[in-house]
Amino acid sequence: MKINQKIFLQFGICIILFGLIGILINNLIINLIRTGLGFNFSWLLKPASFALAEHPLPYTSSDSYTWALIIGWLNSLKVIFSSLILATFLGTLIGFARTGKNALLGLISAGYITIIRQTPLLLQLMFWYFVGFLGLKDNMFIQIKNIFNISNQGVEFSGLNFSSEFLALLMGLSIFTSAYIAEVIRGGILSVPRGQWEAFRSLGLSESKGLIRIIIPQALPAIIPGLTSQYLNLAKNSTLAIAVGYSDIYAINDTIINQTGRAIECFIILLVSFLLLNLLITNIMELINRLILKSRQYS
Amino acid sequence: MRRLVSGIVGLAALLAGCATTNQDNSSRLNLIKNRNELICGVSGKIPGFSFLKSDGSYQGLDVDICKAFAAAIIGDSEKIQYRPLTAAERFTAIKTGEIDILSRNTTFTLSRDSLGGNGLTFAPVVFHDGQGLMVKSESGIDSLRDLANKSICVGSGTTTEQNINDAFESASLPYTPIKYQDLNQVVAGYLQGRCSAMTSDRSQLAAARSGFKNPKEHIILDDVLSKEPLAPASDGQDQKLADAMRWVVFALISAEEQGITKSNIDEKVQIAKNNPQLKPLRRFLGIDGGLGEKIGLSNDFVVKVISSTGNYGEIYERHLGQNSEVPIPRGQNELYKKGGVHISPPFN
Repeated sequence: MKINQKIFLQFGICIILFGLIGILINNLIINLIRTGLGFNFSWLLKPASFALAEHPLPYTSSDSYTWALIIGWLNSLKVIFSSLILATFLGTLIGFARTGKNALLGLISAGYITIIRQTPLLLQLMFWYFVGFLGLKDNMFIQIKNIFNISNQGVEFSGLNFSSEFLALLMGLSIFTSAYIAEVIRGGILSVPRGQWEAFRSLGLSESKGLIRIIIPQALPAIIPGLTSQYLNLAKNSTLAIAVGYSDIYAINDTIINQTGRAIECFIILLVSFLLLNLLITNIMELINRLILKSRQYS
Repeated sequence: MRRLVSGIVGLAALLAGCATTNQDNSSRLNLIKNRNELICGVSGKIPGFSFLKSDGSYQGLDVDICKAFAAAIIGDSEKIQYRPLTAAERFTAIKTGEIDILSRNTTFTLSRDSLGGNGLTFAPVVFHDGQGLMVKSESGIDSLRDLANKSICVGSGTTTEQNINDAFESASLPYTPIKYQDLNQVVAGYLQGRCSAMTSDRSQLAAARSGFKNPKEHIILDDVLSKEPLAPASDGQDQKLADAMRWVVFALISAEEQGITKSNIDEKVQIAKNNPQLKPLRRFLGIDGGLGEKIGLSNDFVVKVISSTGNYGEIYERHLGQNSEVPIPRGQNELYKKGGVHISPPFN
């Protein structure tokens, strides 16, 4: 194909694509006006008139929709970041077990990864919630009054209260993501040439010391990108909270859409906020990646 | 190269297809007739109202209302495509044109009916309901006050959520709402003991209880938290379709008022034909007056509706009557003549 033809073709495709996008946006706007649903964000200041079970900051049903959305975000961030930490911790341990020398641990972790990865997350969340936490009986565990209480209402630990909904979501998301993280870690470790293992062993370093000081630093550049995409997935998967009754941003949006009829505005808010959160996660991970590469250059 | 071009053409056709729907300014009534199929949004999860049976068919009062519309508009009560929708999806489904009509135990409220709100329009009420609370009888709870500081399972994205809040707030009682997306989860949460009570429309509580292992261990409290007039809905911009829907529902009620049933409809048509002096009956059954045409239907739409679903009383008896699976006393859903609130304006 001649260069002229190539340019012409690409130009043509661009025109068609932009044309179609234009038609769709135009169509959306026309239909919004036709159905009397022109963009309007004034409802954001009206009172929400619904209560929330969990709110990290003071909230009553006479607060505005904006405040309800912020509370929803805080609830989402709470579960996203705590699962992120727990999933990373669990995933790393399982990843190590999977690549380690211990055959039994390797088998167990392989089984764990297989089971977790082959079943849908929604099912796992339902399992943790309806079977796991709601199945708890009051006297199944030793209760230490005023310090540690566990029941199907949740866990109370020295004044801190965690609801069953939050815990089920935390467990479900962390365990699901940890299986994927374990595979990312394994991939990273296996990307380090075998010679490096033989080298540290011949220097007399112990297995664990060698793993931490020699193998991991070299595996990290291969691990970080995979880890980033798992974190992004985790953030997005957190919207499944609605299945276990946790008041995250998506569940609150759902209620607001029903009360105000402002579906498009609500989805725009939701899309933009998730975009920003995920851009933040991506950038932080990118920064970490760059720092690691830099430190390797100097060493 | 060729594959690329055909791919682009295909994509373009697809997008153009998406773009052109909804741009037709005429009524959806014509669209339904041309399509020869009514797309009806239902719940599919509420016994007695709309429930998916094991043979794959939908049954219930809401479903029969869809059938009445299909019989009136198309002339065949079986030409229906049912779309099961969640509470949160239902309004968007109408506004985007995914469904023609919503018959899904939807409460008629000002914000939903107005163009400045959800932008829908409602047909007459087909079931007068009220929100209630169900508790375990062993819990000893017997009024709203006993539920202070307790957790209550509630479905999100419904008027239920607002009503329960209004009730507790006006009584200055603190409570914790545990919100689930659909009724089955509300039931599961309640039965598992996550909440001390579950709240929903009383008809739905009765329907849910009919599926419990020991229905007698659960009681519905006397507190009625709200009026819940349930009505079919359609797009608020489409006056023609709304007119047709309004008068189909009135036809069901009017037929019961006049004692016209599925079994005697043919007989009544004969009587009307043979007796020119029976003016109101002749107008109602479409022999005189041309009333059907005025609302974009055939003149004998009432005959088609009644011969396929029967009148309102027959529909009620079939799905919610004493011998049905979900018996709910008729109460305020009786005709006005018998102390209820159902009444039809005249067919003039």
